[in-house]
Amino acid sequence: MKREPPKTLADYTPLFFPAVMLIVFFVIPFSTMIAVSFFRRDPAGFYKPDFVFDNYARFLSLFFANILGFSLMLAVLVAIVCVVVAFPFTYLLTKQSRKVQTIWLVCLLSVLSLSEVIIGFAWSTLFSRTAGITNLAVWLGLMDKPVALLPSFGVVLTGMVYQALPYTILVLYPALVRLDPTLTEAARTLGSSPVRAFLNVVLPALRNTVVATLIMVFVFALGSYLLPQLLGRPQHWTLSVHITDQAIYQSNMPFAAAMAVFLVLISLALVGLTLLAGRRENAL
Amino acid sequence: MSGLAIQSVTKRFGDFNAVDDVSLSVPHGTFVCLLGPSGCGKTTLLRMIAGLEEPTAGAILLDGADITGVPTHKRSFGMVFQSLALFPHLSVGDNIAYALRIRGAPKDEQKKRADELLKLVHLPGFADRPVAKLSGGQRQRVAIARALALSPKLFLLDEPMSALDAKLRESMQVELRQLQQRLGITTIVVTHDQREAMTMADLVVVMGEGRIRQAAAPIEIYRKPADAFVADFIGSTNLLQASADSAGRATILGSAVAGLALPSGVAKASVSIRPEDVRLGAPGSGAVDGTVTFVRDLGATIETYVETAGTTIVAVTTPRERVDVAAGDKVGVILPAESCVVVKS
Repeated sequence: MKREPPKTLADYTPLFFPAVMLIVFFVIPFSTMIAVSFFRRDPAGFYKPDFVFDNYARFLSLFFANILGFSLMLAVLVAIVCVVVAFPFTYLLTKQSRKVQTIWLVCLLSVLSLSEVIIGFAWSTLFSRTAGITNLAVWLGLMDKPVALLPSFGVVLTGMVYQALPYTILVLYPALVRLDPTLTEAARTLGSSPVRAFLNVVLPALRNTVVATLIMVFVFALGSYLLPQLLGRPQHWTLSVHITDQAIYQSNMPFAAAMAVFLVLISLALVGLTLLAGRRENAL
Repeated sequence: MSGLAIQSVTKRFGDFNAVDDVSLSVPHGTFVCLLGPSGCGKTTLLRMIAGLEEPTAGAILLDGADITGVPTHKRSFGMVFQSLALFPHLSVGDNIAYALRIRGAPKDEQKKRADELLKLVHLPGFADRPVAKLSGGQRQRVAIARALALSPKLFLLDEPMSALDAKLRESMQVELRQLQQRLGITTIVVTHDQREAMTMADLVVVMGEGRIRQAAAPIEIYRKPADAFVADFIGSTNLLQASADSAGRATILGSAVAGLALPSGVAKASVSIRPEDVRLGAPGSGAVDGTVTFVRDLGATIETYVETAGTTIVAVTTPRERVDVAAGDKVGVILPAESCVVVKS
């Protein structure tokens, strides 16, 4: 059924409230940030209104290029690990009874109620020398003495995957529940083993969902700034950590704003790319 | 033995017997329709033949070999699903060639076989189209072609026509039957549409409550239904209570029907008579008299509802017979004994 487009001004009134909220809480702060990114830093105070490209110019150095490269790599890795783990898990979950599904989903939702700080400290305890899992390995006779596994890249990755996994599952779940179960059955009657049917029917049939989920987790991971700080060394700090550092500890608001704008542009570019890829798919 | 043999197969879901001790033998090259109302176990039986469900008890044999424990992907039967289950991410040609791809057949062989099958289902030149751009009937044909890609020993279809509109369904039924005869492939179709079964099948298996009620040729099922369930399910019928008088003659609605007898020792039974076999005449001319309550003139046929002693009998006549009656008229209902079938109730 096709709906009539709104004609009079009165037809637009339902949009009024969300529009105001969007302007007050998104457009104005974001515009301020863009403006600040062109301001000049004032070492004595905060910043002085100006129009200079210094902040962006400073960003174009090898040091920050490396950080940006590392942040993107980490976010991509988190996205891939999350989808690789969550997709088969969610697929198997949808094959369970309604009751089992509900219990799992409630548990996953409860993970979402944990704050990033709690997750960070929990993992840092779990991987520490004094109270970490290596003590268990020692007790089992697998290791000579307990060691600290952090700070390290592996632990940063683990913590971020742990944080993003519930979102990944919740995004994949509706698509997998709706997937026609006879697709796999058809593949089986045509000679595919269940694992092969999963790989060459279920996965490709949900390609768009998988791509969308990868992007979502990627953007989510790109914004993470606490876990890399808590669980990693300074070389594992992401761009978000450096933005926080510049804004709060170095009081260099214009530079932090410039980096933030850059990060937003990268995220938008990626979302745009996905939309473009999706459109090409539909045009087929 | 050549063909498919189902031996005392039972499938239980919890306390519910979906399929209850079913035995059936299907000779090679036969077209079988599993027919029954929804929930009668026909789809479960088909899924067990395909290997998608495991029987709780019993065995399934193909050409004498027990295939009960063989997993689906090693049976290589062609199956068409109710949803058709075409792979949305593949083109028509790749859908059809899927089974060959799984077996590692070379690309040109896959393409050749896909084109061959597309010609067989009257869709030449469709190989490169995306599945999403096909009409209902075209999807149907692609699903059939895909299931036939490996020239399977057994061709299984689960309510394949249910998504099509009535006209298209009828022509697809004829086409499927002709295709089956040309290929000589053993085919089992699940359907709840008795017209579909009558059109296509060599052997109609009527199922009800998980059991086989009757398995016979379509016309035999229609003419000689084994019980009241079958008589009622296949076409429409008048099911009348009959009792035997002292001489063994059958009495329907209080009047004896000349030439009709109940089996000896049976005092009460149901008698099935098809509406097209019931004739109407002047009051007193038939076994019973009644009042016309409704006339449904469908053009090609006229259905007349006659009430006699609290029972409604439906008579179907053609306009050529010129039975001019209207609601309220008194008529005589003639029940020819040769058309009456005594069934177990």
